[in-house]
Amino acid sequence: MIQPDSSCAVTVNGISVRVPPGASVAAALVAAGTLCTRRSVTGQMRFAFCGIGQCQECRVSIDGQPHRLACRTSCKEGMHIVTGGEG
Amino acid sequence: MIVVGAGIVGAACAVELQSRGRQVLLVDRLYPGAGVTAAGMGHLVALDETEDELDLCLLSLKHWDAYLRDKGGLAEHSRCGTLWVAEDEDQMAHAAARAEKLARKGWQASQLTGAQVAAAEPSLRGGLAGGVLVSADGVVYPPAVARDLAMQLLAMGGRTMFGAAVRAIGDRCIELDSGQRIDTGDVVLAAGNGVPQLLPDMPVFPRKGHLAITDRYPGRLSHQVVSMGYGQTAAGSDALAVAANVQPRPTGQWLIGSCRQDGIENTDPDPRVLAAVLRSAIALLPCLAEMRILRSWTGMRPATPDGRPIIGRHPARAGTWLAAGHEGLGVTTAFGTAQLLADLMSGRPPALATDLYSPSRFIHDPA
Repeated sequence: MIQPDSSCAVTVNGISVRVPPGASVAAALVAAGTLCTRRSVTGQMRFAFCGIGQCQECRVSIDGQPHRLACRTSCKEGMHIVTGGEG
Repeated sequence: MIVVGAGIVGAACAVELQSRGRQVLLVDRLYPGAGVTAAGMGHLVALDETEDELDLCLLSLKHWDAYLRDKGGLAEHSRCGTLWVAEDEDQMAHAAARAEKLARKGWQASQLTGAQVAAAEPSLRGGLAGGVLVSADGVVYPPAVARDLAMQLLAMGGRTMFGAAVRAIGDRCIELDSGQRIDTGDVVLAAGNGVPQLLPDMPVFPRKGHLAITDRYPGRLSHQVVSMGYGQTAAGSDALAVAANVQPRPTGQWLIGSCRQDGIENTDPDPRVLAAVLRSAIALLPCLAEMRILRSWTGMRPATPDGRPIIGRHPARAGTWLAAGHEGLGVTTAFGTAQLLADLMSGRPPALATDLYSPSRFIHDPA
């Protein structure tokens, strides 16, 4: 069970945020005020759209691994999330 | 006159002929670049398996330079060069010969040591013997070029008819599947694997290849990396031949080939063959194992028994010309083919010897 008073710390582009354990990476991005997951081929900013892993717009780099889906990945203590890549 | 087939070869021929004052109708059963043109890698490469192959490549690459001067963005062009990788001393000897041969023809090619190869492309595995860097080679997205050429043809006053399959070629006429007959002067058949159906004496056959493309990984690969083992299998061999061939697309994606298989009619991707292609690429570029593949597909290269394209006049049929059977070099050699064909059709001395490409080499003279 998620303990409401517990939280985990992740970084989003170097900014540290605390989110409840089990929160999605997409939620952590919102908490960090980062509304761009990736850049399209033509440089447009993209963000989580469908929220269920289908649209692939929310790809971010997590702990150095590119193309991880922010909406389908749960935050874990110490995760480093990087957004805005040409993913 | 009519050009049948709006792949990159047919479209290039149509534009060249129209520019020389012919009135061209370009006909295709689908739309420009929809067939083999869309399936390939779009590699602009100086191949040198034979002297004449290299000459045709270089003639065409000059045309590509001129075309790309103001169409680079449209064609998704990148002058990434080709890095031919030698894994052992035997392949290194071939690499040295290639560097020397290309450089002698004025197409810049430098021989690299193992350390230089590693510096040029850090994603390559360690311990390679060396290679050749052909810096002027490049890549394009061929169906976009075929489409652009069809548009050029229209702008020059030519005509197009797409979604119209040709079922027969008659005496200075063609007959469509719809039953419509179109009378014309000359007919140029540039229909690739569709040629033998219309001209059964022309032995063009499909040589199947598998390709895959990854997600975007910008900055990890700078050159098209090709194993020196590429093209070493004799034409006509039935066995599966695989040689690593990995191309960086301008999007940061990796396009991965390549293999050749004869005698297979279905175009479905075969997981075992695709696995062999990916394994050979991973053996050179280990980080590929961690990358995501987005899509895989196959293409049917239109091959000929002697490995040369068919360019020229059909010896037994009045007004019937051919530009077909370019196997994996149709994109590279499209413009040179168009130039040679247009020279032959206008009775001008062609820029290169064309006997090697003549359709008559496949026809037993009844006299």
